[in-house]
Amino acid sequence: MIDKTGSEGFVSFDHVQKSYDGENLVVKDLNLEIAKGEFLTMLGPSGSGKTTCLMMLAGFETATHGDIRLGGVSINNIPPHKRGIGMVFQNYALFPHMTVAENLSFPLEVRKIGKSEREAKVQRALDMVQMGEFGGRRPAQLSGGQQQRVALARALVFEAELVLMDEPLGALDKQLREHMQFEIKRIADNLGITVVYVTHDQTEALTMSDRVAVFDDGRIQQLAPPDQLYEEPMSSFVAQFIGENNALDGVVQSIDNGVALVKLATGDLIDANPINVSKVGEKTRVSIRPERVEFDMNRLAEGSHTLKAEVLEFVYMGDTFRTRLRVADNDEFIVKTRNAPDQVRLQPGAVVDIGWMPSDCRALDA
Amino acid sequence: MGIPPYATFGQRVWYYGFRVICGLIFAFLITPILVVIPLSFNAEDFFTFTPEMLSFDPEGYSLKHYQDFFSNNEWQRSLKNSLIIAPIATFMSVCLGTLAAIGLSQSHVPFKGAIMAILISPMIVPLIISATGMFFFYSTLGNWMESTLGLDKTLVGYIKVILAHAVLGIPFVIITVTATLVGFDHSLTRAAANMGANPVTTFFRVQMPLILPGVISGALFAFITSFDEVVVVLFVGSAGQKTLPWQMFIGLREQISPTILAVATILVVVSVALLTVVELLRRRSERLRGMSPG
Repeated sequence: MIDKTGSEGFVSFDHVQKSYDGENLVVKDLNLEIAKGEFLTMLGPSGSGKTTCLMMLAGFETATHGDIRLGGVSINNIPPHKRGIGMVFQNYALFPHMTVAENLSFPLEVRKIGKSEREAKVQRALDMVQMGEFGGRRPAQLSGGQQQRVALARALVFEAELVLMDEPLGALDKQLREHMQFEIKRIADNLGITVVYVTHDQTEALTMSDRVAVFDDGRIQQLAPPDQLYEEPMSSFVAQFIGENNALDGVVQSIDNGVALVKLATGDLIDANPINVSKVGEKTRVSIRPERVEFDMNRLAEGSHTLKAEVLEFVYMGDTFRTRLRVADNDEFIVKTRNAPDQVRLQPGAVVDIGWMPSDCRALDA
Repeated sequence: MGIPPYATFGQRVWYYGFRVICGLIFAFLITPILVVIPLSFNAEDFFTFTPEMLSFDPEGYSLKHYQDFFSNNEWQRSLKNSLIIAPIATFMSVCLGTLAAIGLSQSHVPFKGAIMAILISPMIVPLIISATGMFFFYSTLGNWMESTLGLDKTLVGYIKVILAHAVLGIPFVIITVTATLVGFDHSLTRAAANMGANPVTTFFRVQMPLILPGVISGALFAFITSFDEVVVVLFVGSAGQKTLPWQMFIGLREQISPTILAVATILVVVSVALLTVVELLRRRSERLRGMSPG
């Protein structure tokens, strides 16, 4: 059914556009190549077009323009039931009138697979998600987490090479969600399947994915592995959307030796890594991660620029301390420090000097 | 729920007044039906209680009206006609009404409100108006079927009444099926498609079992509408299609025969049995869907 081409471009979106009303594009010129066996996450705020992309891949929405290929073959004109793609739905979409085993058996029955083989496959799939004992139950008799496992098993039972997941963990509580993240990742790796995962939860995206595509306004803003996405965001949107971020607005004073000198609105000067600024006088928003801010001046390079900061709030989080500061008129400047024995606990009202490595501070689009 | 201790005088009056009103409504609904049952065992050809019946004298009671119903040719023929017409009309109503309800539940269908209004209209338009319209429409249709298609006159008569009754039953099916479709999760059909089921398989394996309670209640209403209907059949049918309600109407107006009391009692028993079966089926299916604790 699926032509096995090389490892590159198992799934490809080629200049795909989607509009529901003929005027506004929900997806604007999407180009994306997904390798075989890759775990790719589409991450973005609601309305960013990520779910529409998934639905186009599943065949429930048609692309207004462009080509979607699976294994090198265009699937634009193939109806959903002939695509052979597994899918885990947001609300699980388990058939309430069938038992768990019947739910799993359904895709095998429509493929005309014999009874004994069917039963063996269903049992194997249920065992894989540790639901082997629950074949006779109905979905309504299961907890949310158990239903989620069954939905996962059902998407895997017919051995699709591509499995789509539409915010599958959205309805679970935090602990269960974290547990399932690892479980899904483990199963996907073991089976070697290609997964396209949609979520708006950035932690989920970072922990599970090989690559993350950050969507906003119908476009991919950045496509990168999780570490690169977090440490080297290429735009203010990505810096703000992935993880916690401190942003300061300013104007580029000079760019010298790969270090930009940025003048903030208060007149303070800071060093930054010029990412998408190139000219002196350009407006910029510099972004710095809360855990990369230093109080200890001994750990900064000679001659680094520092800023005066007033401590507004100190929150004890257990493993970390979270300190809110006023820095250059920004009241929401957060610093995270590890709870180490020698760590200082800053008291509200104190005024301290803060600084950072210029490479950790990225001058992005304003 | 008792009366809370802080209730005012007005609230107390309303508390009891409300119960009295409810009781009266039930009495007015049920008494006419219940009165018919003992009267149908009357040993005389009267529509009222005889002194023997009131004194519980066994002489005052008999099964002669039931005997009449089961032995009289006129009654048996009308029962047979009803049992031919109602199931076929119901089947047609259910098929067409269910398809219409599913079609109208799709988001992309234009003029949904208008289409729905037209399909529901037989239920809202006064029956006598529908019947008059049907009289002219079906007489033309009947003539055409007889002359052009060369169909037998009796057969054409049945077709006319069945079609007319099917039209009357469709609104009930549409309404009950639409109501169950409101709670239907459309991601289930997407899930089925995703797993490789074609639209027909998806319909019969996934959608149909879940909307079945609505389909069954619609079928019941459609059946009772046809089984109960006297106006349209008088206009559209001929003597060959005399149904049970038609015969009862004649029995009351022309023959003044208490047999209709026996028939009414049988119909009450059958209706109660049907409703019970449907309710049990509905509960079972809800339990299967996990909507109520098993």
